[in-house]
Amino acid sequence: MIKERKVNITPDMTWRELTPGGVIQDAGNAEDFKTGDWRSMRPVWNTEKCKHCLLCWVVCPDNSIKVEDGKMTGIDYDHCKGCGVCTAQCKFGALDYVPEE
Amino acid sequence: MAKRVSLSGNEAVAQAMRQINPDVVAAFPITPSTEIPQYFSQFVANGQVTTEFVPVESEHSAMSACIGAAAAGGRVMTATSANGLALMWEMLYIAASSRLPITLAAVNRALSGPINIHNDHSDTMGARDSGWIQLYGENAQEAYDNFIMAVKIGEHPDVQLPVMDCFDGFITSHAVENLEMLEDEEVKAFVGENRVAPYALIGQEPVSMGPLDLPPYYFEHKRQQAEAMKNAKRVILEVAAEFEKLTGRKYGLFEEYRMEDAEAAIVILNSSAGTAKAVVDSLRAEGKKVGLIKIRVFRPFPAEELAEALSKVKAVAVMDKADSFSAAGGPVFTEVRSAMYGRADGKIVVSYIYGLGGRDVTTNQIEKVYNDLFSAIETGKYEVYNYVGVRE
Ligand code: SF4
Ligand code: SF4
Repeated sequence: MIKERKVNITPDMTWRELTPGGVIQDAGNAEDFKTGDWRSMRPVWNTEKCKHCLLCWVVCPDNSIKVEDGKMTGIDYDHCKGCGVCTAQCKFGALDYVPEE
Repeated sequence: MAKRVSLSGNEAVAQAMRQINPDVVAAFPITPSTEIPQYFSQFVANGQVTTEFVPVESEHSAMSACIGAAAAGGRVMTATSANGLALMWEMLYIAASSRLPITLAAVNRALSGPINIHNDHSDTMGARDSGWIQLYGENAQEAYDNFIMAVKIGEHPDVQLPVMDCFDGFITSHAVENLEMLEDEEVKAFVGENRVAPYALIGQEPVSMGPLDLPPYYFEHKRQQAEAMKNAKRVILEVAAEFEKLTGRKYGLFEEYRMEDAEAAIVILNSSAGTAKAVVDSLRAEGKKVGLIKIRVFRPFPAEELAEALSKVKAVAVMDKADSFSAAGGPVFTEVRSAMYGRADGKIVVSYIYGLGGRDVTTNQIEKVYNDLFSAIETGKYEVYNYVGVRE
């Protein structure tokens, strides 16, 4: 969810529009920076096998396991860097780890 | 009401700091600037200011502390010289690119090596591309005045850049001169009670500063910085006009001394301008058409204005108290000559390096430079790159 921001810094802004010296006026704008395209491997979630233990959510260093009402709902591929930490620790075989096409 | 006082340049600047009463002063002692934080720490100890004085362990830390305090929204000051300025180097660029208006009394001293504590301009000339505004002053009065104006220039919304108040070590910093000091209230009213920071790390709307700035953004931020430096030229003149109303003392981008019909001119900075003015007067008394330009604002560089001021002379000697080792003249020379290209063509423009490491600059040396210019005008023969005052 992208919050209302004072300024949305985007790469098409001119020098006149950008904040002086690169000042960041809004907390949490790292969300705008799509790091997902760095990925060479991707985790794939198998809904049927998932027990919603949320240990993958605990270990993900990029906050990319999406959860609603205490249940896993998917993976945020915009930010998931494909490190494989979640897939390695899942005890239920609910996360596959496959090469990016 | 202004009062007449006898102070050294360092004392005068420390007094200006006291009158401004900044939020933070972070400094490390180095000759010949040491007295500034020394006097100022006494004002702190005596309760004459409410400033947080941070005695740090190095100049790198001094500038880092200044950056942190300015990023928090504070009005911040420091002082240094030569190797101290060199140790600040990395942080100078960060202060400027983070758009933090810090005021630095830069007491000019030769940058080692060989180690030398006396005056030349190799320290601040080296920092000329760090993104700081640089003001140069001839004497204690100008050091004091420029320091007060520096605060207002740097903090202007269209500028937001740090400023160096440069003046000559020992010659100006330690010699006691008569000068006019403003009243404390006048100074406070002139600079404003507090800095109004557009962004700060603390307060109601805290921001992050100094983020990693990769290729999609870095260039734009540098372009902003360049624009701020362009704006500074206008703001420096506006602040000078306001200062003149208050004090009657007139400041521009540079001072023109007897330039009206001058055929031979010297361009020079800081205290040696005083020596050179005496030579101008004596040569004028002999009927020789000589003049002088003393650059006050080196960053931003007043290129068009200087070219205009030099458009009527026949020959110019640009005198540098620093060698940039480009093997193509001193730093002020290369910029002045480049400023004249296409604007004031067909002149004889020569470089003289002088006074390195505190070598005395005498009226005879300056007179020799004017004589060289006249012989160049007459014969058309001259050397472009010259040294004066060195044993040949
Ligand atoms: S660790 Fe495995 S089982 Fe547990 S929530 Fe994540 S995907 Fe589901
Ligand atoms: S692969 Fe790494 S980054 Fe992606 S969801 Fe799993 S733990 Fe998070």
